[in-house]
Amino acid sequence: MVNFLQHTFNGLVGGAFLALLALGLAVIFGMLRVVNFAHGAIYMLGAFGAYVLLTEVGLSFWWALVVMPGVLALFGMALERLVVARLARLDPLYNFLLTFGLTLILQDAVKSRYGVQSSPYDAPEILSGTLDLGAFDFPAYRVFVLFMAIAVCVGVWWLLSRTRVGMVVRAATERPELSTALGIDVGRWVTPVFGFGIGLAGLAGVLAAPIRAVNPLMGADLIIVVFAVVVIGGLGSIFGSVAAGFAIGLVQAWVQALGEHWALLSQVLVFLVMAGVLLWRPAGLFGREEAPA
Amino acid sequence: MVPRWLRWALAGAALLVALWLPNGLYPTVAVDIACWALFAVAVDLLLGYTGLMSFGHAAFWGTSAYATGLAAINWGLPFPLAVLLGALAAVLLAVPVGYLAVKRVGIYFAMVTLAFAQMVYYIANQWRSVTQGENGLQRVPRELFGLDLTDEYYFYYAALPIVAGGLFLVWRAVHSPFGRVLVAIRDNPARARALGYPVHRYKLAAFLLSAFTAGLGGGLFAIGHRFVSLDVLHWTTSGKAVIIVVLGGIGTLWGPVVGAAGVTRLEDWLSFAGFEQIGLVTGAIFVLAVLIFRRGLWGTITHWLRRR
Repeated sequence: MVNFLQHTFNGLVGGAFLALLALGLAVIFGMLRVVNFAHGAIYMLGAFGAYVLLTEVGLSFWWALVVMPGVLALFGMALERLVVARLARLDPLYNFLLTFGLTLILQDAVKSRYGVQSSPYDAPEILSGTLDLGAFDFPAYRVFVLFMAIAVCVGVWWLLSRTRVGMVVRAATERPELSTALGIDVGRWVTPVFGFGIGLAGLAGVLAAPIRAVNPLMGADLIIVVFAVVVIGGLGSIFGSVAAGFAIGLVQAWVQALGEHWALLSQVLVFLVMAGVLLWRPAGLFGREEAPA
Repeated sequence: MVPRWLRWALAGAALLVALWLPNGLYPTVAVDIACWALFAVAVDLLLGYTGLMSFGHAAFWGTSAYATGLAAINWGLPFPLAVLLGALAAVLLAVPVGYLAVKRVGIYFAMVTLAFAQMVYYIANQWRSVTQGENGLQRVPRELFGLDLTDEYYFYYAALPIVAGGLFLVWRAVHSPFGRVLVAIRDNPARARALGYPVHRYKLAAFLLSAFTAGLGGGLFAIGHRFVSLDVLHWTTSGKAVIIVVLGGIGTLWGPVVGAAGVTRLEDWLSFAGFEQIGLVTGAIFVLAVLIFRRGLWGTITHWLRRR
């Protein structure tokens, strides 16, 4: 029982990263119909940025937690204005390809400067201990990550469902033409929303720095898993992406807990679940069927 | 339309270039170009002619590479048979993957194929007793009924018929009623369905043919390098095939061939010059191509020819 709770906790932490990344992807896709392949590379930049801030600038984890998402959000907005916007009227596949090219560039740029070895990054002093809850003790830093992720997801939900900006974004996501016809200036929100989604990926990266190996390829395989997560949840659905992220994290951890022989299953599980969902509900668990493009 | 005599002239010129190639380049590079050309044509059959962008074709290329390598090592099969076996293994894998993937279109199709390819990658990585894990398959024999093909120069000519056969197969498919239906599905799936064509089944058939062609390339790649590593299954390999297609020209058959030559040559040149961050250069060229050169090399040429 104790063990089960421990694994559940680890699964939720792993799921938190998937949820944060899937959330950013979903927000960007909703507004721009862009599937951002570079999301994994941005996550990597977040983690690397934290490392560089610490070693070369001397800024602590807490600063990185504020600075990196902000810097990357600005980078994302510039990216949207300079390149993504140029492809707005074309097949979404071109944006997918563009961000794939960007991924190659970002990965190799970081690789050429810092090599492929993992760079060490320690959690801040105050979070380095464990949280003792009677029978179980959880590493304080992981508890912090879990709370941060939940807070961000709830915050985004609040933004989308309770504020004017959220209303516009939701309207533009669901019915872009109709929103425009009703006099909502959809175009005004495209750039900030793109930046926001990129910032979320950056945040996930900073949070990952102390517990995942910081290296140029850390986002490369993760992004594919996140893609599978959003296919499961339904790419158009923000709630679905977050829910699927946590669910997949949990199931992965539980399967891993079964023993060493199950390691492979825990890795391919997300893809097996995706195959099952495709058979049963091709639009994803919470997605709406879109007109064939 | 390009006049018939020009088509034949082009095919003849291409054949001459193909025959000359290993004399002008390192034979190893020539073999690579031929393999990647097959792979890229396979991807373009889906992307350019069916309107489906597979971002997971490394699964078929890589599966064939492993199957070919294993058949050659364990059973000592002559290489054309081993390659054929590899391509059939790729088709076998493509049946379930394609069946599920064609349920989605556009960007979803790309993500679904990508995800399945990654699953194959994980499996190959873990299944060490067969794939040798990180070590890869070493010393794949290069054998043809006792003929010595260790020299890349001669191997290139031995492999050329397979490459030509694969390219001809796709060319025939594209220029057949089957190919016209694929293009119709690409242009207007709803209308194709309304006309009574079973759209999913056509897409699946194109997918299988594409997997077979990619498999031919992957198998030759394994024999050509005498070595199979996990790289053949990685998603960057799928991405490279798409890069080649876009740079060469989507929806043309010569484009992927030209693109394969260009990209392979560029990479060879970069690594020869001691430049390690190849992704930096190919990525940048690719981004520029997507932004301002979407027709690609061959697409631009034919567009220019048609306007005259």
